[in-house]
Amino acid sequence: MSDRAWVLRSHRARWEMAFAGLALLLPWIVPSHAMMINEIAITALFALSLDLILGYAGIVSLGHAAFFGFGAYSAALFAKHVWPDPVLGLMFAMVVTALLGLLCSATVLRGSDLTRLMVTLGVAMILLELANKLDELTGGADGLQGVVMAPVLGLYEFDLQGQTAAWYSLVVGLIGFAWARRLVASPFGGSLMAIRDNRLRAMAVGIPVAQRLVTVYTLAAALAGAAGGLLAQTTGFASLDVFAFERSADVMLMLVIGGVGWLYGGVVGAVVFKLLQDQLSAVTPQYWMFWIGLLLVLLVLVGRERLLHPSQWWRPSP
Amino acid sequence: MLTILFDGLAYGMLLFVLAVGLAVTLGLMNFINLAHGAFAMAGGYLTVVLMQRWGVPFLACLPICFVLVGALGAVLERTLYRPMYRKPHLDQVLFSIGLAFMAVAGVDYVMGSSQQNVQLPEFLRGRSEWGDDPWVLGVGHYRLFIMAVCAALTVVLQWVLTRTRFGSRLRAAVDDPVVASGLGIDVNRIFLLTFAVGSGLAALGGALGAEVLSMEPTFPLKYMIYFLIVVAVGGTSSITGPLWAALLLGVADVAGKYYVPKLGGFMVYALMLLILLWRPSGLFSRGKA
Repeated sequence: MSDRAWVLRSHRARWEMAFAGLALLLPWIVPSHAMMINEIAITALFALSLDLILGYAGIVSLGHAAFFGFGAYSAALFAKHVWPDPVLGLMFAMVVTALLGLLCSATVLRGSDLTRLMVTLGVAMILLELANKLDELTGGADGLQGVVMAPVLGLYEFDLQGQTAAWYSLVVGLIGFAWARRLVASPFGGSLMAIRDNRLRAMAVGIPVAQRLVTVYTLAAALAGAAGGLLAQTTGFASLDVFAFERSADVMLMLVIGGVGWLYGGVVGAVVFKLLQDQLSAVTPQYWMFWIGLLLVLLVLVGRERLLHPSQWWRPSP
Repeated sequence: MLTILFDGLAYGMLLFVLAVGLAVTLGLMNFINLAHGAFAMAGGYLTVVLMQRWGVPFLACLPICFVLVGALGAVLERTLYRPMYRKPHLDQVLFSIGLAFMAVAGVDYVMGSSQQNVQLPEFLRGRSEWGDDPWVLGVGHYRLFIMAVCAALTVVLQWVLTRTRFGSRLRAAVDDPVVASGLGIDVNRIFLLTFAVGSGLAALGGALGAEVLSMEPTFPLKYMIYFLIVVAVGGTSSITGPLWAALLLGVADVAGKYYVPKLGGFMVYALMLLILLWRPSGLFSRGKA
């Protein structure tokens, strides 16, 4: 590594540390918004996991909520029937979701973008139907209620205001982010981007395309499962909407707002999206969907790669 | 048993009319239009408004819907959709989801979120039964009407596509837009027309299905997956592929909900997943991905 690159990197690391520190201080500065912070941290982690497969591996998925929801239900069920410890439950949720991702990765290897859209969406819908029908296990349409969590690490009790929840989610989210950053900076990440840009060429230079895609899909599923697990643990509740199509569409939208393929995008998008939702829903609670639709249309018409560079808005598109 | 088969076929035919426009857009310009259901919803709501506010007879509503929504489709194609054709699939998905969201919220604002019902004319209500108990065939008159309209449409569409000059130009544009325009075919105009007819057909399907499918603002999102299944399973290269796929889907859905009501839509999704795993570019594709 050259001196210059090293300086740049340490510079960036310092900024990142500052932001991470600020994020961790937030529940303490504005305790009244702790639940909101918790939610943003969870959504950011979810968007991050989608970025791994969409931004780095180029798999267009309309059903990423399948893994989020699976993680949520498995964490909730684990806490209810096996052991109420949150960290152990989160591990469990990640492992089973990773297994589901491994199983589902077979569905995204072949076919066109349309086929991939359909199979990812189909998996989410199947899980939604199953969660609805297996009501002895999941509580059906009423949701899975009465999940009581033990204190985190046996020390920090979950409080009503949600401060512990926010810290717990933030810490897990930051660990997930650091891990994803290492992953995409590794040679493995490089091979993913090569596959995304030109699959045929990647194959020709000897990258095991199918194996790489299976791996990243499994890992991203585990991260999404962690996000879902966090939601179930911190709210003490899991309902059918964790599998809903809207959730898959929303997370894709967040990622696009923040920018696809640079990891920070998911975080930026989640913050912007949640704050926007909070504000706009307060003005017109029912028609939030209209504004988000308009935003999407404008975003694509302007060109999403130019959104973060206002100086280019008025130039003709290439 | 026969009744279920009949209902399933009627349902499938309805789905085919609703989805055929999508099949053409997807096949022609490789454009993923998730807002297709919004056109169908426009047709359904137009029928409701025409019948309830102005007392237009049901049969007259069908052509009106086709023409009006077709014109709307043409305008939208020219202004919004055309720049999208060359963009990546992710952009198309986002753009059309955005349109669908706007349509859902807009209809909710104008018409309210409650379900709308259509009063059918007298001669379409009622039902006839033939045969003895295990093989009894109950035929709802309205379903018979739907089947007749859809069958006629299918024949006309097939005829237009395979026998007319417009059809051969369209097929040329599907196979290779560059060479087609090199031969003097105005690909843009053909596509404008096709898009308009496709959205008009969706509106017709929506108007026909207003009584069967229940019109509410979330219609585009609720049925989007069904349309996409029809197209993905049927393949985008012919019109018979989506037809068979729609019939299969209709029968599987109705039979699944009748015999194993506990599983609901599960059957359909599982079936789609299996078919797409087996043949990723659809059951009836010509082999090009």
